Amino acid sequence: MTGILADKDRIFLNIYGQRDWGLEGAKARGAWNGTKDIVSQTPEWICDQMKASGLRGRGGAGFATGLKWTFMPKVQSERPHYLLVNADESEPGACKDRDILRNDPHLLIEGCVIACKAMRSHQAYIYIRGEYVHERERLTAAIKQAYEAKLIGKGSILGYDVDVGLQHGGGAYICGDETALMESFEGKKGQPRLKPPFPAGAGIYGCPTTVNNVETIAVVGTILRRGADWFAQFGTEKSTGTKLFAGSGHLNKPCVVEDAVGISVKQLIEDHFGGVRGGWGNLKAVIPGGISVRMIPAEEAEVALMTYEDLQARGSGLGTGTMIVFDKDADLVKAIARASYFYKHESCGQCTPCREGTGWMWRVMERMVTGEAEMSEIDMLLDVASQVEGHTICGLGDAAAWPIQGLFRHFRHEVEDRITQYRARKGSYAGASIAAE
Amino acid sequence: MSVRRLAAVQPASFAFKPATLKAAKVWMENFPDGKQQSAVVPTLWLVQKQEGWLSEPSIRAVAELLGMPVIRVLEVATFYTMFMLEPVGEVALVQVCGTTPCQTRGSEDLLEVCKHKFGPQNHRSADGKFYWQEVECLGACANAPMAAINDHYYEDLTPESFEKLLDDFAAGKKPKPGSMIGRQGSAPEGGATTLTDPKLFDGSLGKKIKVPNLPTKVKA
Repeated sequence: MTGILADKDRIFLNIYGQRDWGLEGAKARGAWNGTKDIVSQTPEWICDQMKASGLRGRGGAGFATGLKWTFMPKVQSERPHYLLVNADESEPGACKDRDILRNDPHLLIEGCVIACKAMRSHQAYIYIRGEYVHERERLTAAIKQAYEAKLIGKGSILGYDVDVGLQHGGGAYICGDETALMESFEGKKGQPRLKPPFPAGAGIYGCPTTVNNVETIAVVGTILRRGADWFAQFGTEKSTGTKLFAGSGHLNKPCVVEDAVGISVKQLIEDHFGGVRGGWGNLKAVIPGGISVRMIPAEEAEVALMTYEDLQARGSGLGTGTMIVFDKDADLVKAIARASYFYKHESCGQCTPCREGTGWMWRVMERMVTGEAEMSEIDMLLDVASQVEGHTICGLGDAAAWPIQGLFRHFRHEVEDRITQYRARKGSYAGASIAAE
Repeated sequence: MSVRRLAAVQPASFAFKPATLKAAKVWMENFPDGKQQSAVVPTLWLVQKQEGWLSEPSIRAVAELLGMPVIRVLEVATFYTMFMLEPVGEVALVQVCGTTPCQTRGSEDLLEVCKHKFGPQNHRSADGKFYWQEVECLGACANAPMAAINDHYYEDLTPESFEKLLDDFAAGKKPKPGSMIGRQGSAPEGGATTLTDPKLFDGSLGKKIKVPNLPTKVKA
């Protein structure tokens, strides 16, 4: 067996698109099975089961899903309730939701129906990033199939009517933040809102809204079908279940794969991703959960587990569970400088620390890459990073600071060496800085 | 933040093609009454599909269609980087992902291919056929490096296969999107090592089940 999860315990059975993504194929793989019995239960039962399963949001923050759903108002007023599915997957490293959207769309649609019941909502929208054109076409077709089979829409054969609609974005990472997502949904610039009011009180169009990640919603049907205890048996007490992991970077066989939460970083890389390029000994660092989490060096990757608590204790995070791997030949400073450019490009410009800070940090990072910096600038950079972190409306400021902090925590000596080397070369002949590169 | 401005040279007018208008109406009906502003991004996208880019008259037309102030549509058009604000290549818009996961797997070589073939980014090539740019993460990291050409993802590229791909586009062909090394979606190279249990796919999972943990019914 590769990994620690048996095939019989996988949720996403068509993640590579080898089989029929359509309704018939999905039904044969167990989707929409028993859904009627599930949605005929009370919202409280569904929320309790979700709490018992221990499912935490798969979009990166890891908030308990069942608990989040209970924040919605218990009675529906004249303001309708909305479920908004966040399919604006744009974090560098993350590419897992894409495979659900294009290859297992019915699990997502089924999850929408159940989640809507749990939140007394009759309308779900899936906000998909604009670049996923193929995925959007596939999802549109799957929604049409579900309407034709009367699984969704008025007069549903499941006994609970839910409409599922689509919305798409225009290529902005920031819209993955739940409040920016809502702004964008309403047809505005994707600039995050202040909280409170929280979305469960006033979300899209001022109505109660819950925003969930694609993977979170897509696993709901299977969890309830097989039982909360089945899901909770995997992983650890605080990080349960199975999860999609993805690997990119210096791996022999990068891919997306489902395994149990709690698999070790080493086993995940060795079993599923074909090992590190040049062997395990050639590993330098791992960014375990999408570019926004702090990196861990090879010696920690040796023992680290893919759980929320283990990676957090190492100053990193599980994030979306999508890792980027660097081998000994990798230029980590350059990799993080590129990440800084990403954040500079994607800052929405609303909060000054982030708008000005991301650009400033990127420019300093670019100089760190060549070594053309002052030693004292390292501390200055870390100081600025800590001033951006936690001083913005949304998490983008934090996300911009963390990769830089992670780099300097473990590889500060590399940057210092670079500066020293640059200074040793400098001035020995004319045009040294040009020739050096 | 990226600073984006409308093109200096603008056409005199813009008109929706019937198919574009029809598709835009579908998006407008997708949202509750009075909330048609929600359809602004999809509508601008449809306009871009029709024209290749967003001109100032087209932005005005979208504002009129959705009953929005022009400035609000202009804001959206300049905020979202998927909207092209100047004419793009007649044959292809080439967007190479340059973010860290792709960078570690060699996207810089792909950028060089584009530079060599078409000149600087964010400009039309000399023959007007291509327009290329480096973009931020496109969300296909397990298949890095990759490029989106006319909205379709071409994955697992090498400088050689990328060059050939671009030559095919220049020759008027329409290469099939997906992995260039024959991977199935995001499965590992050489084929999936999981999901091999035939019992998952013999239809047994579709048979009627009893949902566990249901509350026991209290007799009235």
